[in-house]
Amino acid sequence: MAGASQSTVSFVTGFGHRLYSDDFLHHLDACFGDGDFYENQTHPNKVERFLEGALAFEEGAFDGALVWDTLQFLTPQLLQIVVERLHRIVRPGSYLLAFFHSEEKMEAIPTYSFRISDHRTIALVERGRRRPAQFFNNRGLEKLFQDFQSVKFFLTRDHLREVIVRR
Amino acid sequence: MSTLPGRINEPYEPRGGSAVLGKSVIVKGQIFSREDLTIDGEVEGTVELQEHRLTVGPNGKVMAGIKAREIVVLGTIHGNVETTDKIDIRKDAKLVGDIRTARVVIEDGAYFKGNIDIVRAEAKPQPAPKPQPMASAPAPAASVTQTAAAAGGGDLKR
Repeated sequence: MAGASQSTVSFVTGFGHRLYSDDFLHHLDACFGDGDFYENQTHPNKVERFLEGALAFEEGAFDGALVWDTLQFLTPQLLQIVVERLHRIVRPGSYLLAFFHSEEKMEAIPTYSFRISDHRTIALVERGRRRPAQFFNNRGLEKLFQDFQSVKFFLTRDHLREVIVRR
Repeated sequence: MSTLPGRINEPYEPRGGSAVLGKSVIVKGQIFSREDLTIDGEVEGTVELQEHRLTVGPNGKVMAGIKAREIVVLGTIHGNVETTDKIDIRKDAKLVGDIRTARVVIEDGAYFKGNIDIVRAEAKPQPAPKPQPMASAPAPAASVTQTAAAAGGGDLKR
């Protein structure tokens, strides 16, 4: 959900999988970037346009989702809708991988391009900074993904919380 | 955090010896080509170059389904693309549509939205090697050969 990188495409398709790629932040900017980014996320028409452009898929269409760090830039109401959509479009038993910044003192947090190098390594390349909609702790993430089967957290370097969610 | 080394790509230059649709050209309809084609204008419809390369130049806007041997994108494509060899999406290029190809190259800074299906040509089956004449051997050597055949029979049964 954070755009296609060469290494991630090569890694996933190397297993014989089909990969669907999109830049979620690009959609957010296109739909909500004209004016106050977070205030625009409360407008129903803009929200509908965003969901149609970014998450219009059939139920169980995906075997997994690389969400990366995109969920941090959604207001609580829109975030809930997006998580519900993710729950619907990934098949039962599949996994989601997401990252959340854990340093709450920062006004603007880095956004990254995530590149899977191999089965043990993900390279992060900073591609800008943005003000997040909110910060999350473990309890908040458990509540966010409460409809999923399980949630696991790992604290990584660079103040990132890696979250693996099972549908 | 790490950065990847920059890729070395061929710089874009309009290729001599291939057909070119210039910046001010607008085509609506079907394009079939039996030579390499560069599109720097606007095309709406379908584009087919089965054994050749299509280059969408930096000013090119193609709203079409495309089939080619190879595609290099520096401009914009809205449509599904299919190549027998490779598709190369350069920095600042935009492709919205599904890709079906043997290889895909996506530069940092390129925008892509859609499915990627990698379809590799199946390797041609190797012809079976001609059986080598075997010299007659004393019994122990023959039994070793038979054991090897039993254990790794696949190697001797091509």
